[in-house]
Amino acid sequence: MNYGELLALGQQEAERQERFERRVFCCTSTACLSAGAGLTHTSIEQAVAASGCEEHDAEVVKTGCMGLCSRGPLVRVEQKGQDPVMYADVDAELAQQIVARHVPFAEKVRDPDADEEGSTDPHDIPHYRASLRKAKSGKGLERHILPADMPFFTKQKRLVLTEVGQIDPEKIEAYLAHGGYRGLHRALTEMTPEQVCQQVLDSGLRGRGGGGFPTGLKWNLVRKQQAEQKYVIVNGDEGDPGAYMDRTVMEDDPHRVLEGMIICAHAVGARYGYLYVRGEYPIAIDRLRRAIRAARRRGILGKSVMGTDFAFDCNLRIGAGAFVCGEETALIHSIEGKRGMPRMRPPYPSESGLWDAPTVLNNVETIANIPSIMTHGAEYFASIGTEKSKGTKVFALAGQLRNTGLIEVPMGISLQEIVEDIGEGVPGTAAFKAAQTGGPSGGCIPSEFLDTPVDYENLTRLGSIMGSGGLVVIDDDTSMPEFARFFIDFSVDESCGKCLPCRVGTVQIRNLLDKIIAGNAVPEDLDKLDALCQLVKTTSLCGLGQSAPNPVISTLTYFRHEYEALLLSVSDN
Amino acid sequence: MTSKSKPSEHPSGDERYKSIDRTMKRAGYQKDALLEVLNVAQETFGFLSEDLMVYISRHVNVPLSQTYGVATFYHMFTFEPLGENNCIICTGTACHVKGANKIAGLVAESFDVEEGGTTSDRLFSLTTARCLGSCGLAPVIVINGTVSGKETPDSTVRRVADMLNGARSELAVVEAT
Ligand SMILES: Cc1cc2nc3c(=O)[nH]c(=O)nc-3n(C[C@H](O)[C@H](O)[C@H](O)COP(=O)(O)O)c2cc1C
Ligand code: FES
Repeated sequence: MNYGELLALGQQEAERQERFERRVFCCTSTACLSAGAGLTHTSIEQAVAASGCEEHDAEVVKTGCMGLCSRGPLVRVEQKGQDPVMYADVDAELAQQIVARHVPFAEKVRDPDADEEGSTDPHDIPHYRASLRKAKSGKGLERHILPADMPFFTKQKRLVLTEVGQIDPEKIEAYLAHGGYRGLHRALTEMTPEQVCQQVLDSGLRGRGGGGFPTGLKWNLVRKQQAEQKYVIVNGDEGDPGAYMDRTVMEDDPHRVLEGMIICAHAVGARYGYLYVRGEYPIAIDRLRRAIRAARRRGILGKSVMGTDFAFDCNLRIGAGAFVCGEETALIHSIEGKRGMPRMRPPYPSESGLWDAPTVLNNVETIANIPSIMTHGAEYFASIGTEKSKGTKVFALAGQLRNTGLIEVPMGISLQEIVEDIGEGVPGTAAFKAAQTGGPSGGCIPSEFLDTPVDYENLTRLGSIMGSGGLVVIDDDTSMPEFARFFIDFSVDESCGKCLPCRVGTVQIRNLLDKIIAGNAVPEDLDKLDALCQLVKTTSLCGLGQSAPNPVISTLTYFRHEYEALLLSVSDN
Repeated sequence: MTSKSKPSEHPSGDERYKSIDRTMKRAGYQKDALLEVLNVAQETFGFLSEDLMVYISRHVNVPLSQTYGVATFYHMFTFEPLGENNCIICTGTACHVKGANKIAGLVAESFDVEEGGTTSDRLFSLTTARCLGSCGLAPVIVINGTVSGKETPDSTVRRVADMLNGARSELAVVEAT
């Protein structure tokens, strides 16, 4: 299809949606499904059918993550001429009440004496009708409404997650109706590869996979390589346990990932690409597969992308559960069907990557930012954030907070705002102790630094990292040495064994932590721990080993007294 | 890649080999398809037997040592069948912070099984996972495919006991707490 036909397809879908008086969105993302959203969705559909309303009265839409995962299943009702209403903790019963409140009943349903038996109505579900009538008076509903002015929503800024929770991720039409693939069209028809790279450079976008390398710079490196074959790889391995930003984007807006990837391919001159997805993400895999198929069918992937003479196609590669495969050189080995071991750099993948060809490798969230940069321009993007960190960042907010879930915030927001306003603080009587960012490669930030604006440099300065976006809050019940050991255990498990400092060093760190936690350590052991952490950090081959000691170093810095309190004192001897 | 004659099917005639054959064929029996083929094999058979790895090695034309090397590198591959029922406990950061290890500990103790192990009657396996993607509901567990969130050690033990009650007449529940 050419662009005109695609636009028409989007237009058609927009008009179709416009015909509905109201649309009921039910989140069917992983977290809400775990909370029972499958039943909620069925219940809504049955109740709408039972209401006997006209076809144009209501559409039920399965959509992606609405963010406040701890209160799922979430349901949102958008009614013409009214503000949207969002409901939390919606079980099957409550779902009926919501339908009863928003969707008009047919005359025969409204009538309490209506004959239930003998109806020829194909949607006749007596049970639902009865409960719908009952639900009409539903008073329990009010406390399930999430106020629109909740800081959880108002403090966010959605660029990457624009369509997440708004569209049905399995329909390419829905993405088109939301303005999807417009950025790709601009890039292909109005801009040279050089201009695309320049626009990305001007936007100030930096890699969201952890390192924060300027994306435009990386693209330029590959663009300038003279080679027959070049590749684009999107890194959807997301190994940080307890973080799910990339999964959400892949599951709930797969076409945005594809669009960003094709723009990147155009910019660097690649004709083939791979999406490397973590094996533990079956829904993301399924939706990306569908999206690729739909894009091929519509001529967005293939010999002539959108009717231009640019050719590009891509495929999925599924990981099999190895954290180190998120590292770029390991990931490339894994795509080649090998053990996912990292190698020395240089050469960097931009020079010699997949099958020795120049390769761009970007994180899912990085790539998902690209369509917005193409449509809204570099300046708009650069107007958000801090001097050196532009745009927004998606965080998976977890741990001891009242509100947990998926948030997207402008760079430069303070941790305090994230923890206290968006997360609404630590529940119960416990007190905030630290915010952990960057997972096993990151560190803990204590309360005295909570007012720090979030950006790459600040987090690194505090001994943590931006990481891919895991943000876990712990309260004062958590022992820091034990928390550090939890992450070191992870690194011990995940060390691929190629280089000695990481393979042996992480085990030695853990042994020392064991000794300290068991109460058998002497003050010199702490010094040994300090030295060992520095050694592993400075001499490991890849990022895994280089950052594995961070959880220990940062807790030793800010919570040293907890380690010291566990030491054998001289009098114990 | 040299062209090869069509490799022979698995002599057992087991239907499940068909899906593996299909994957290898689609990939043109290329070596780089190894990981993908192993993924399909794990999914289809539930574990990788030696026979299976030999079969795959022959067809994609890589030494068995390499297949074994790749398979043992990645966590998702297992080399023994799981028990008939299983319980996965998430030990990702969010679940850890909310006490996942206490849940795992109590389940292991109550049903006399190690983490990652299977009971001697092969009725029940206890495994752990790193983040099931529902961190907002931490701690999260999965019993025979059904996910439950906001669990406590007691609630999980009860769920497992209920599940096993159907499967096993005599429950060897070691007195816990
Ligand atoms: C041990 C290790 C694990 C990593 N895991 C991931 C990951 O899961 N996802 C990711 O995008 N990048 C991960 N990275 C970073 C990648 O190597 C790479 O820098 C990144 O994908 C580049 O994309 P970006 O420039 O868009 O951030 C990891 C790095 C290391 C050292
Ligand atoms: S850490 Fe357990 S579901 Fe994410």
